[in-house]
Formats: sequence, structure tokens, C-alpha cells
Amino acid sequence: MELLFNLTLNGLATGMLIFLLAAGLTLIFGLMDVLNFAHGGLFAWGAYSGIWIYTTTGSFVIGIIGAILAGFILGMITEKWIIKPVYGNHIQQILITLGLMLVLSEMLKVIWGPNQLTANPPKYLQGSWEIGNMIIIKYRVFIIAVGLLVFAGVQFLLKKTKIGLVVRAGVMNKEMVQALGINIKKIFMFVFMIGSGMAALGGVLFGPYSGVIHAGMGMEFAILAFIVVVIGGMGNFTGSVMAAILVGLSGSFMAYYVPELSLAVNMLLMAVVLIVKPQGLFGGKG
Amino acid sequence: MSELLKLNQIETHIGQYHILQGVSVEVKKGEVTVLLGRNGAGKTTTLRTIMGLNPASKGSIVYKGEAIQSLPTYTIAKKGIGYVPEDQGIFAGLTVEENMKVAIQKENEETHKRLDYILTLFPDLKKFWKKPGGLLSGGQKQMLSIARAYVNENELLLIDEPSKGLAPIVVEKVMESIMQMKEQTTIVLVEQNFYMASTIGDCFYIIDDGRSVSNGLMKQLKEDEEMKRKYLGIA
Repeated sequence: MELLFNLTLNGLATGMLIFLLAAGLTLIFGLMDVLNFAHGGLFAWGAYSGIWIYTTTGSFVIGIIGAILAGFILGMITEKWIIKPVYGNHIQQILITLGLMLVLSEMLKVIWGPNQLTANPPKYLQGSWEIGNMIIIKYRVFIIAVGLLVFAGVQFLLKKTKIGLVVRAGVMNKEMVQALGINIKKIFMFVFMIGSGMAALGGVLFGPYSGVIHAGMGMEFAILAFIVVVIGGMGNFTGSVMAAILVGLSGSFMAYYVPELSLAVNMLLMAVVLIVKPQGLFGGKG
Repeated sequence: MSELLKLNQIETHIGQYHILQGVSVEVKKGEVTVLLGRNGAGKTTTLRTIMGLNPASKGSIVYKGEAIQSLPTYTIAKKGIGYVPEDQGIFAGLTVEENMKVAIQKENEETHKRLDYILTLFPDLKKFWKKPGGLLSGGQKQMLSIARAYVNENELLLIDEPSKGLAPIVVEKVMESIMQMKEQTTIVLVEQNFYMASTIGDCFYIIDDGRSVSNGLMKQLKEDEEMKRKYLGIA
């Protein structure tokens, strides 16, 4: 029982980190029809900038805020100067964003050096709670809580605000949104920044979770995020959280019970979804 | 009546295709100008060019004395031009209420009054206020699309084939509502249904092979059998 609980908790925490990365990816694809292979780079930049600020200031909260701001700024620059010229051309998008991914990763090495950086949770999030025989690691609960809060926040934004309404409308019909007097390019920028900020948040939370961060982490997580986007339905925000939890849990359980298959299971899951329901488990854009 | 919109020798390319090859149209304030012509003649492209969705490659479009052919679509819409596309452009996953909310540019007392008026014009929209736009019938979608374009104080409405695919009884309903809107706004209507076009329209332009080839008062066209046969295929 304790084992199942811990595996579930671990899977949920990993799932939430993947969600933070995948949610931005799916929103950006849904609204802007952009395949952003550099999204993992923003995750890694969030981790490095956030952990650097955290170790410099000693405040994890300031580190998180700094990472999100770094994500916003990088997202804005990426959208304005890298993505905008290649709207509507998927081949160019893939090439340019893959190139950007490499540049972002290498820049991390230039600035912070090629070695891994270590990161520990702040004191108030270290350790665990014991309930009966169950040990609940505080930091994992923290990640799950943050992931759920972000999910609720974005849901609120999408469902209860005018800008969210416009984003949802834009996902369905960009042309009509413009014909109603709305500058869709500003909405694109806004969504790109939100998506990038979420990826950066995921990155900074990942640091103390794994204990170390390295320049290649963006690409590793981006692959999982793409799997989640495909499983959840490209452009489907709710689908992305469900699929992220599924991927997180399957990874956690498989790593314990069939470690040889732990990496392959998500790929298999994606392959099955593509064969059985190519539009994703939770449908397409929505 | 004063001129609200003027298209002067408009040419439009879509990809490698030269769709409009010289369209000139003058729209007078308070009138319903109908663009007529066979399928593929360039009527829809003319409306899309006015909106900047397929920008003009040559010629000028002047709206209220200002050249708008180089402006982005959202700016053109903000200048007071409402657009009802051929496919209605309904946001299928949003409710009727949400579709209207996206459309409202400035929420004020005037908008609320207009919304109340629209709901008396199209009572079905009130009935299905919380229903997703995608679940409405063809006629209701058309009403929603028109309502969205009309909810702001637009001086000009561009309406593309409002009768397309609708049952005759629904066409009558849509026609009645356009007749009522005609009292308050200027309309450019693309319509294949000649009965509807000639009932609503004050004047007409015939578009053929991407060019405006004839224009005049609608009552003249009604009596011109030769013109109707030649350009509209009406025997």
C-alpha cells in the first residue's frame, strides 16, 4: 500500500512537471499552429536562471519569480524574432526551433559552464510527513499543488476572462477573430509568453526535485512533453493535464516494476494512441 | 446619398491565382448594394479583400474618405465594418453568449441596447443563449453570425450569401431581419438567391470573371431579362 502510494505521488509530481511544459506547447500549437521544438530550451533556461537566482538570493520564491520572468522575456523574444517570420510553414518552424533549442542549450553552458548544477529544496520544503506507515515527501506534494494551481489558474483565465475567451475563439477560427476587430498577433504573443513562463516554472521546480540540472534536460523533457501533447490531443489544454498525469504515473510504475521498459512505455503509449485515436485521447483543439 | 465605400480597380491574388482583375464598386450610405454573379466570379473575394483577409495587390479601397486597402483586418473591423462570412465563422465550441461576447468591442449601455434589439430580432439566439454555437441549426448559425457583426455600432455590414443552404422558411426569416437592419446601417450583400437579392437590394453590381461588368439600380435589373440571362443564368 505504502509502495503504491509513493509511486503514485512520484508519478503525479513528474506528471505535473511535464504538464507545465506540455500545456504551453499545446496552447501554442492550438492557437498559433506552431510546432515549437525550442520549448524544452525554455524549461532548461527556467531551471538555470531560477536556481541561480535562488542560490544567489537564498530565496526560492524569488528564484521561481525570476524563472517565470526569464521565461516571459525569452518567450517574447522567441515569438517576435524567431517564430513570427515562419508562421504558417511547419518545415521552417521545425528547423528554426530545433536550431534555437541547440542555441539555448549551448548558451546555458557558455553562461553557467558545462557541469551540472546542484539544487536542493528550501528548508521549509525539505523532508517528509509520516502518516501511519506512509512517508509523504513534502517537495513532491508542493510540485503537485503548484501544478494544480497553475491548471486552475489557466482554466480560470481561459473560461472566465475576455482574453481567455478570445484565445479559445482564436484556437477555433483565427480569421474570424480578426474580422471581429481583435489583434490576433497580440494574443499570439500573450499565449507564447504564458506558455514560456509555464515551461520556465516547470524547469525551476524540477531543479530541487531531481537535485541536479544540466543543459540537456530541456530536450529530454521536451520529448515527454510532445508525447503528452499527442496523447492528450494537439491543442487540447485539459487533455494535456490528463495525458501528463498518465505519462507521469506510467513512467513511475514502470520504472519500479519493469525498469527495462520505463523509457519505452511512453513511446508505446503514444504509438497506440496514434493508431487507435489519432486526434488524441481527449480530442483535438479545445 | 453620400458615398461610404469605394473600390477602385481592385486586383487580388490568392497564391498564384489572379482572382480579382479590376473590381470597382461604390457603396452609398443607407443603401443595400448587392454583388451578383455566377459561382467563382469573385464576389466572396471582393468582400474578403475589403476586410483585408485577402489583401488587394492593386487598386484602392476608400472607406469614409480613408484608404484602407493596406490596413490589417482587425483595424478595418474597428473602423466600423462588420463581416458575416459565407461559412458563418461561428466559434463552434463557444456558447451563443460567448460568441457575442467575443464580438463586442466596447461594452457600454449602447451595446446592451443593441444586444436587446438583436435578441428581439433573433429570438432563437436568446432561447439557445447557453448552447454551443456548433449545435445550432444552419439558420440559427446564420442569425448568430449576423448578430455578431451587428452588435457593434458598425456603419457597414458585409454579408456573404446569408441564404446559402437554408430552408426557404428560414431564408424568409433572415431576409426579414436584414430588411430591418437596413433601416439603421449600410449593407453590401453577396447573394445567389435573386429573389432575396432583388427584394432587399437598392442597387447592384455584377461581378464576372473577377471584374465588375455592370451596375445600376435593382429595379432596372429586375426588368432586364437579357442581363439576367447573360450574367446570372436566370432564364
